[in-house]
Amino acid sequence: MSAELDELYQSIILDHNRRPKNFREMEDATAKADGVNPLCGDQLTVWLKMDGDQIADVSFRGQGCAISKASASMMTQVVKGKSRTDAEQLFTDVHALVTGKPTGADVGSLKALSGVSKFPLRVKCASLAWHAMHSALQGSAAPVSTEAEGPGSAS
Amino acid sequence: MNRPTVGVRSASAAPAGFVADHGALAPRADFPLLAAQPRLHYLDSAATTQKPASVLAAIQRYYETENANPHRGAYALSAVATEAYHAARVRIAKFLGASDAETLIFTRGTTEALNLVASTWGRANVKAGDRIVVTRLEHHANFVPWQELAHAVGAEFVIAELGANGTLDMEAFAAAVTPKTKIVAFGHASNALGTVNPVADIVAIAKRVGALTVCDGAQSAPHMDVGVDSLDVDAYAFSGHKMLGPMGIGGLVMRREILEATQPYQLGGDMIAHVGDQHTTWNVLPHKFEAGTPNVEGPVGLAAACDYLTSLGMERVIAHERTLAALAMEKLAAIPGVSVLGPEIAHRGGVVSFTLKGVHPHDLSQLLDGDGVCVRAGHHCAQPLMRALGVHATTRASFYVYNDGADVVALAESVARAKEKLASD
Repeated sequence: MSAELDELYQSIILDHNRRPKNFREMEDATAKADGVNPLCGDQLTVWLKMDGDQIADVSFRGQGCAISKASASMMTQVVKGKSRTDAEQLFTDVHALVTGKPTGADVGSLKALSGVSKFPLRVKCASLAWHAMHSALQGSAAPVSTEAEGPGSAS
Repeated sequence: MNRPTVGVRSASAAPAGFVADHGALAPRADFPLLAAQPRLHYLDSAATTQKPASVLAAIQRYYETENANPHRGAYALSAVATEAYHAARVRIAKFLGASDAETLIFTRGTTEALNLVASTWGRANVKAGDRIVVTRLEHHANFVPWQELAHAVGAEFVIAELGANGTLDMEAFAAAVTPKTKIVAFGHASNALGTVNPVADIVAIAKRVGALTVCDGAQSAPHMDVGVDSLDVDAYAFSGHKMLGPMGIGGLVMRREILEATQPYQLGGDMIAHVGDQHTTWNVLPHKFEAGTPNVEGPVGLAAACDYLTSLGMERVIAHERTLAALAMEKLAAIPGVSVLGPEIAHRGGVVSFTLKGVHPHDLSQLLDGDGVCVRAGHHCAQPLMRALGVHATTRASFYVYNDGADVVALAESVARAKEKLASD
């Protein structure tokens, strides 16, 4: 296997895929949003429980590839307890990371997603949950689609 | 990689592995892209095929020696371009087994051909309370246009369900085709599962109630001796790029009396007989349905592709694909966790769709790509079918004339390696 594929599917990604964190519905959520990736028909839902401006709890469920599932799982770990502004900033930083434009910001364990930048078609997978979280924070009711993201599309 | 060229199938009749050295039907050297990438295992021909040098040369030759706007100029070069366009139509119709070449309408491909039927004949003839029947196997291109037509006119949209192994339940199909049914739209062969439908049975049932029969031939024209006349369908749609031709060309073969009684699809140049200040009359077939300057390089290239396929022999093409598909089904099924979807080989073409337990098809295809194995992952533009199968996506390998046993072996080995890396413990 190529080094680039090894970097994409590093063990932390595979672990999150096998045993995703916060992989559950949330009954007392204050916001939720659905995300779909038309490329592969993947879909997931992100739930948020806001405490004022803080993300008190976050969870997700859905169908997806290892990259989208691991990214969602890591996202729930990282944004829990963060403020709305910090969570949005993380989304911006992660998006820059997976599109190969790292800002130098410290994204901690999310660095494991950097391998995505060598595979432009997988940017949609890595950012699906983040788009959904962003949408939930905005209080948008419409499902988000990754179609506007990166090259390539479904048929 | 040690790749056999035009190989000879082993005479041994051993049940397993005897076709692993099965050679390609078409020399890889005929395909510039494949020749330049000897380690590529291109197994996505159901999506689009690679192009032989003769097709590329025909397009180049057209532009270098024959190019002008057909049907327009009085000058000799325009007549040459017109003749090139006409000759290509005749050649392609002959390949498809359509005796009346003027009933072959060129379109961008199958999708546009099906939309043409839905938006012209469909809009004019399907009324509120009527019924449109499709099958669970359909590609979105032969599903969504009919679904939308039904919504627009208030007709009932009915999906004929599957029986065992991804084949159509013919009893359920017959029951679905009521006297109210105006259109029966079905694929000749499924792009997602490879299932080849029993066209004669479907047409017989549809004819009992006088429904228009629309056959999506995107996955049959490239692979078998179709014989459109003998199918006895009212409309047959196909795509050139799936049969060694260029992208952006395909067509619709439709019964002459229906085309003549149907309003045109698009309006503009070339499709008119006379334009008055208030009223316009239509040109004869096929021009009535081909508004604007046509795509000439497309038919010219596709005609060369038809020549190439004819030289191989369509009976040998389908036999070759089935040999490789059968080998793939056997080798994949031997990997624990792999489920091969769809019917037994007798009811399918060269398409093998499968799932691997605990591994998402998108990840699997990414790892396969790392081994130079190109397969399709996803819903294959057949979400209604995926729902019925209870899967979100599958991985699909599809075989064509340039594939050989080594491609199948590479596929199976790569799937086994990917499983080691990705599968849950």
